[in-house]
Amino acid sequence: MAITIADVEHVALLSRLELSVGEKERYAQELSDIFGHVEELNKVDVTGVPPTAHPLPLKNVFREDVIQPSLPNAEALANAPAKEGPLFKVPQIV
Amino acid sequence: MDFEIVIGFEVHTELKTKTKVWCACANEFGGPPNSHVCPVCLGMPGSLPVLNREAFTLALKTALALQCDVPRITTFDRKNYYYPDLPKNYQISQNDKFLGTGGYLEIDLGEAGHKKIRIHNIHLEEDAGKNIHPEDKNVTYSLVDLNRAGVPLLEIVTQPDIRSKEEAAAFMTQMRNFLQYLDVSDCKMQEGSLRFELNMSLRPKGSDAFGQKVEVKNLNSMSVVLKCIDAEFDRQSDMLRNGERVMSETRLWDEVKNETRAMRSKERANDYRYFPDPDLVDVDITPEIRAAAQATIPELPLARRRRFEEQYGLPAYDASVLTASFTTANYFEKAVESHPSPKGISNWIMTEGLAWLNKQPEDTTIDDFPVKSAAIAELVKLIDTGAITGKIAKQVFPIMLETGKSPAVIVEEKGLKPVDDSALGPIIDEVLADPRNEKTIADLRGGKAAAMGALMGAVMKRSGGKANPATVTPLIRKKLGLE
Repeated sequence: MAITIADVEHVALLSRLELSVGEKERYAQELSDIFGHVEELNKVDVTGVPPTAHPLPLKNVFREDVIQPSLPNAEALANAPAKEGPLFKVPQIV
Repeated sequence: MDFEIVIGFEVHTELKTKTKVWCACANEFGGPPNSHVCPVCLGMPGSLPVLNREAFTLALKTALALQCDVPRITTFDRKNYYYPDLPKNYQISQNDKFLGTGGYLEIDLGEAGHKKIRIHNIHLEEDAGKNIHPEDKNVTYSLVDLNRAGVPLLEIVTQPDIRSKEEAAAFMTQMRNFLQYLDVSDCKMQEGSLRFELNMSLRPKGSDAFGQKVEVKNLNSMSVVLKCIDAEFDRQSDMLRNGERVMSETRLWDEVKNETRAMRSKERANDYRYFPDPDLVDVDITPEIRAAAQATIPELPLARRRRFEEQYGLPAYDASVLTASFTTANYFEKAVESHPSPKGISNWIMTEGLAWLNKQPEDTTIDDFPVKSAAIAELVKLIDTGAITGKIAKQVFPIMLETGKSPAVIVEEKGLKPVDDSALGPIIDEVLADPRNEKTIADLRGGKAAAMGALMGAVMKRSGGKANPATVTPLIRKKLGLE
């Protein structure tokens, strides 16, 4: 399956990535190759095999509803590029 | 051309758990900003979500109570979009194997009967954080509090079965009541623990085809939803009359202008690229898990209403009004427990209690009523035992409401005890001797029974409402030699 420049631009927008013209061309090619490789898998007959999202046969992993200490505010904000008081600071939304 | 409204709702309700859905931070409204956060709900790389058993049980309980088809296996998916209140850049939700599909909420429309509002699906997901926009118009940033990020959120998506504003109002209050009966959520709209998103379209009356629907977000109270229905009706019907096409889009309610506005292109992101969340394993709803959740479903509104009619002998109207709110129904039953006089107690709740409630903000319940259930019971008991008259009770009640004192104390303090029978004699004598009552007395002697009412009124007035009507009538008859 061929990934077009338009596809790359669409995905880049959804992912908030700014790409140069050269990058768009390169990613279009690389993603096409990856898709081609994945399409190989479509050749396998999976009749009767249930879809799965996990390699491990695990089910029903629960946590009991018991409060554990949260992070101290300073630690929670330690890696934030910008903050104001106890809050994260981000580019204006509205 | 006349148009018909077609509405479906997306109901979001925060589940009443101690901790968040994927991590052990407290699920608690308010608190200092970013004080209930950890690597999981902050979306830090390498952190792993683990499903809160209680959140899942509450969600399953709701799905079963709404008569949904619950599958054996349910799974979680990632819904990808960028917004600062969503630290992982995806919301863990369900899009493939929902917790429940089908099912319905049966709503009571009064004289118009009952209607089943069908459920499209019900699924468990996580709430987002809160964006704060500084009031200063000159600033170019927003602030983010992530205490709410990761709070368990149940989404109930209905079919477009609602056909009027009245049905929408009934659906919202009765869905809230249903969730309160189930005890799965606080359902406080002011705090955002219950939210309704509106999907609305119009079509020519009599048409079976659906029009183009518009989704409206940012509706933070039921009254706002109803205002929005009016505003959208006007907007969409104007467009359709002018031959314009209604665009399928998401709009935001503007509280200041009382109208909806289109979201800016940046606010739109309907390419969510759902895929199974590899961090969360499947949930196998075994017969045991299902039965355990089923067993936690309490008596629901319609069943309780029927029981109120049978067990307490209440009229259908009383039963429906009292059970229309979980807290009101509880208040009634508690009062009846301390004094078994159901109809008397029902009357006081329906007149005074609900009159008070109607004047309070939307989230107020009868539990906030200054007159507690035991006090109402005591008041009715004083009337039933003849300790006070109904008329005196009407005087006692406002004082109870204002001071919170018990009715017996108020009766004592204000000297409102009924006039005892020995003191009644002279009062009745005075009334009978009053020349203004001559004609009435003659009427009564002449066999006009209604004249008794007028004399009773005069006695009541003279006694300051403290005469016991049951004693007054025979005394008057006796004094007039009518016995």
